Amino acid sequence: MEWTEFPEMEREQLRDLRKAIDGGFREFTRAYGESIENALYPVEWFLKHFENLLLDTPWPLVLIGLCGIVYFASRRPWLTLGTFVGMALIGYFGMWEDAMKTLAMISTATLGSVLLGIPLGIAMAKSDRVQTIMNPVLDVMQTMPSFVYLIPVIMLFGIGKLPGIIAVIIYAIPPIIRLTNLGIRLVDKEVLEAADAFGSTSWKRLTNVQIPLALPTIMAGVNQTIMMALAMVVVAALVGAPGLGQPVLKAINNQFLFMGVSAGMAIVILAIIIDRASQAYGQRLQSHREKGH
Amino acid sequence: MSGIQIKNLYKIFGEDPAMALDLVKNGMGKTELQDQHSHVLGLQDINIDMREGGIQVVMGLSGSGKSTLIRHINRLIEPTAGEVIVDGVDVLGMSRSDLRKFRAHKTSMVFQKFALLPHRTVQSNVEYGLEVQGISSSERRARSKKWIDRVGLSGFEDNYPSQLSGGMQQRVGLARALATDAEILLMDEAFSALDPLIRTDMQDVLLELQSELKKTIVFITHDLDEALRIGDNICILRDGGIIQKGNAQDIILHPADDYIKDFVKDINRARVLRIDSLMSDDMTNAGTLKLKRDTRLDDAARQMQEADVINAQITDASGKVIGSITLDDIVNSMVEKVEVESTV
Repeated sequence: MEWTEFPEMEREQLRDLRKAIDGGFREFTRAYGESIENALYPVEWFLKHFENLLLDTPWPLVLIGLCGIVYFASRRPWLTLGTFVGMALIGYFGMWEDAMKTLAMISTATLGSVLLGIPLGIAMAKSDRVQTIMNPVLDVMQTMPSFVYLIPVIMLFGIGKLPGIIAVIIYAIPPIIRLTNLGIRLVDKEVLEAADAFGSTSWKRLTNVQIPLALPTIMAGVNQTIMMALAMVVVAALVGAPGLGQPVLKAINNQFLFMGVSAGMAIVILAIIIDRASQAYGQRLQSHREKGH
Repeated sequence: MSGIQIKNLYKIFGEDPAMALDLVKNGMGKTELQDQHSHVLGLQDINIDMREGGIQVVMGLSGSGKSTLIRHINRLIEPTAGEVIVDGVDVLGMSRSDLRKFRAHKTSMVFQKFALLPHRTVQSNVEYGLEVQGISSSERRARSKKWIDRVGLSGFEDNYPSQLSGGMQQRVGLARALATDAEILLMDEAFSALDPLIRTDMQDVLLELQSELKKTIVFITHDLDEALRIGDNICILRDGGIIQKGNAQDIILHPADDYIKDFVKDINRARVLRIDSLMSDDMTNAGTLKLKRDTRLDDAARQMQEADVINAQITDASGKVIGSITLDDIVNSMVEKVEVESTV
């Protein structure tokens, strides 16, 4: 026996396996693709309308609205001013429309991730068995190159906004799940015991104690999720999602340096605004933790 | 029968408590059980009868099982065997929803590290138990306000716990527990995390409230001074078993074994012992000063010194003379402490 060559599977067997899996998934797509797409229609609907809202509203209103949100979330005048300047620059360099599309997409993806991720995180915190099952799944989601899971997503949904947003959610949801789980598991045992000792139901315990006490950690997860959603903008553009990823792709194909860099900078500006505003909001939420004396 | 009865209570931590229980009942000790079967003996054959309206102190060092014991009363911990009966009802037989009602209405608890909700104000923390009981918000506000006043925190209603000192935080914990009007108050090392001066302060607050409220209080502590000061009855726990039950005098005058003797030797006896423990029937030289039988020795000595006498009569609560005491006896019994110390 040759020890330099690894004993491989027979070529025919490998081919059969490949055919079986590819065929099987194609069958699955044909059988369920449409119903899955229909089930996800609300996501698409929300994305479409949110995008239209941002695009159809006159830009000064959108700009004021954004600065207003940043101010009320963070209460920081300088950050608000920075938001104004940054967004104005994006608009001046002709990327307003793409920036709005990107904003709509990451907002939808973040909302979807939060709505799905927090309950999953709570389930993980409540049961060790769920945690044991979920952990490797989350590992795969976070380490599997995103191009790989684009393949089944494209097979199911084709090219367009929906596959783009699904890809973004798959990539961006693990931090919110993990940090919700972690936050709830780290809640002070004595406070939980106090809630039990006063006769709380498990729902009251969750809403009055566990979630509020885990909130700083959960907010860190939301922040991470937003950042990862932004990082996926270009990859999502590959499957047809509109936004700032499109000029980047175009720039790669045609070696347009200026176009690539300016679209990249626009993504960076969005990322910084959202990151600082959401972190400042998270900190304000826990102002009661400050030592008073 | 009211009050709390604990009967033949066992708690064993480990994979197969039932197997370990048999071994323990056949005489295996805590260390053997741990070494040979890696099960931890938490509580062993606990029998206590806690009187309604009294303060029952459970004293022991860390690892003695005292915190495990108090958590059996409201069933935060399930026992391996035994009975816990509160007001004639078996707590261990309650369904989940009955148990929740029992916890919400019959018992309340004060914790060593306060266990306040950090995201809620003082007021809203005190309201927590009432919220669980389903009481309307206006009544909640009125009742919580009353208890915040009683523990001396008026003006701090809108502060967050992190803005208060430890002593003040525990006042919030006490107000939260009292606000539910539960008859039973479980205090798990409630004052142990506080500075000595503030601890004495809180003991005063508790004793003053208790003289009026007459709740059934179970108080856990590792501090014998504290135990003697506030306990109507004291039981001392070691390695999960009870080694002595009695009132403060019994424990000081008749320590059950060397372990307790060791504890007792550092205690200021004059502040704990009552003069009737030294009473004699000899009335020949009793003098004229009258002292009540529950006067502490230090108080009696001071009063005798002020009156410049060496003898006094002892009277019962109604004022009838029942015996006498001499200053010599008092001094001798105070000095006894020093003798014990010097022989160790």
